[in-house]
Amino acid sequence: MPQLIVIGTSLGGLTALPVLLQTLSPALSTPIAIVQHRHRDSRSGLLDFLQPYTTLSLREVEDKDPIQPRTIYLAPADYHLLVESHQFALSIDEPVSFARPSIDVLFETAAESFGKEAIGVILTGANQDGAQGAATLKAQGGTVIIQDPTTAESPIMPAAVQANTSVDWVLPLTQIGSCLNHLCLATRKSRSS
Amino acid sequence: MKNDLEEIEIQLLLEGIYQYYGFDFRNYARSSLHRRIRKILADENLPYISDLQARILHDPACLQRFLLGITVNVTSMFRDPSFFLAFRQRVVPLLRTYPYVRIWHAGCSQGQEVYSMAILLQEEGIYDRCRIYATDANETVLKQAENAIYPLELMQQYTQLYLQAGGKQSFSEYYTAAYGNAILRHSLKQNIIFSQHNLATDRSFNEFHVILCRNVLIYFNADLQKHVHYLFHESLCMLGILALGRQESLRLSPFQSHYEPIANREKIYRRLH
Ligand SMILES: C[S@@+](CC[C@H](N)C(=O)[O-])C[C@H]1O[C@@H](n2cnc3c(N)ncnc32)[C@H](O)[C@@H]1O
Repeated sequence: MPQLIVIGTSLGGLTALPVLLQTLSPALSTPIAIVQHRHRDSRSGLLDFLQPYTTLSLREVEDKDPIQPRTIYLAPADYHLLVESHQFALSIDEPVSFARPSIDVLFETAAESFGKEAIGVILTGANQDGAQGAATLKAQGGTVIIQDPTTAESPIMPAAVQANTSVDWVLPLTQIGSCLNHLCLATRKSRSS
Repeated sequence: MKNDLEEIEIQLLLEGIYQYYGFDFRNYARSSLHRRIRKILADENLPYISDLQARILHDPACLQRFLLGITVNVTSMFRDPSFFLAFRQRVVPLLRTYPYVRIWHAGCSQGQEVYSMAILLQEEGIYDRCRIYATDANETVLKQAENAIYPLELMQQYTQLYLQAGGKQSFSEYYTAAYGNAILRHSLKQNIIFSQHNLATDRSFNEFHVILCRNVLIYFNADLQKHVHYLFHESLCMLGILALGRQESLRLSPFQSHYEPIANREKIYRRLH
């Protein structure tokens, strides 16, 4: 059963994330961590912006926050977000492929901690951050979903993932939420029955 | 099972370094530490962490490279300008009431944070009464901090941050440009004492009115954070100020209830008892 969903996006993410969040089932209990590239000066603006689109609780990560169900975690501006077994860690290490927070760092550490119990989602974006991380996640047995590059506001990021990883799902934005609901809620049902 | 083996090798490596050299990384947060060790392994061109252990134990030059590679020393002047603004507005008025102020910057890295504070205190007219103790576990960055010479190309960004932090002068007054470098004004150094201090292994060395420890505890696990909070509580005078990094909190401190927030969002706290 999936333990963590990690999501990465840059250019276009502020339009895509609300759509995705609105299509998530309120019954979804799998924790979600999001890296949205943004300017280092932007403080909690992203949290206020996204809150209206979800009933799940939304939180900007603080150091060593435990990873809890029914919660969406945002990488804070200017920090890398790392998964450390059942908690998060932060770092102000150098930017990775020009980005801090880096999608690669989140995906790689999620892969290390959760392997096949992690799901990675790459949405619209204008750089290649996430390509490495998605490949690692896949190699560790995780599931990789990308927004169909032909429908993405900026196709570069999902296309870069597609170029070096055999992704599990290529979906238009509007269907990614229901795919996640299906993967996380369906497995639970089949387990308990 | 590669990961379990890696974890065992890392434990042995850290234990070896501690036993032989006394540097204690055993309670650093694992995720970041693993990434740094893998990077060092690649830089040293070695296949296994066990090989790295042998090289470090037998070659002190390799230890020096390891020490530089293992900790994150990234820093900036006026990082999080709103923090410095809050310090100016909320903390400086409290400090004015003291005849003499001792400040400890724990984990000062290359010194930018310390000089930012010196500028702020100078502009507020209380620097003469202040003594700043700037410490870091890493000798190399500490030397850079003492030199107070930074790449000139950073000054444009620092100027922006300085202004957002409530700077009152023109930032260019604080440095002289020479050969692509910015040399900070000598008067800023006047009341700063730099010294090596390791938060994991060294003891309290004075009593302070202000302790700043920003973006250092994020690299420690819960046990080591707890240990450091004991050290800070022991080293902070009654009603003293404790300032942490923007995404840190007192949640892992055994003394949480001993402090009150005075600028909660900026992670500035005051010791009550
Ligand atoms: C990311 S820098 C933070 C610099 C600055 N305070 C800031 O916020 O910009 C972290 C610093 O902590 C130092 N450090 C790491 N472990 C330490 C320890 N055990 N004792 C003292 N300093 C340590 C590192 O050498 C590094 O310079």
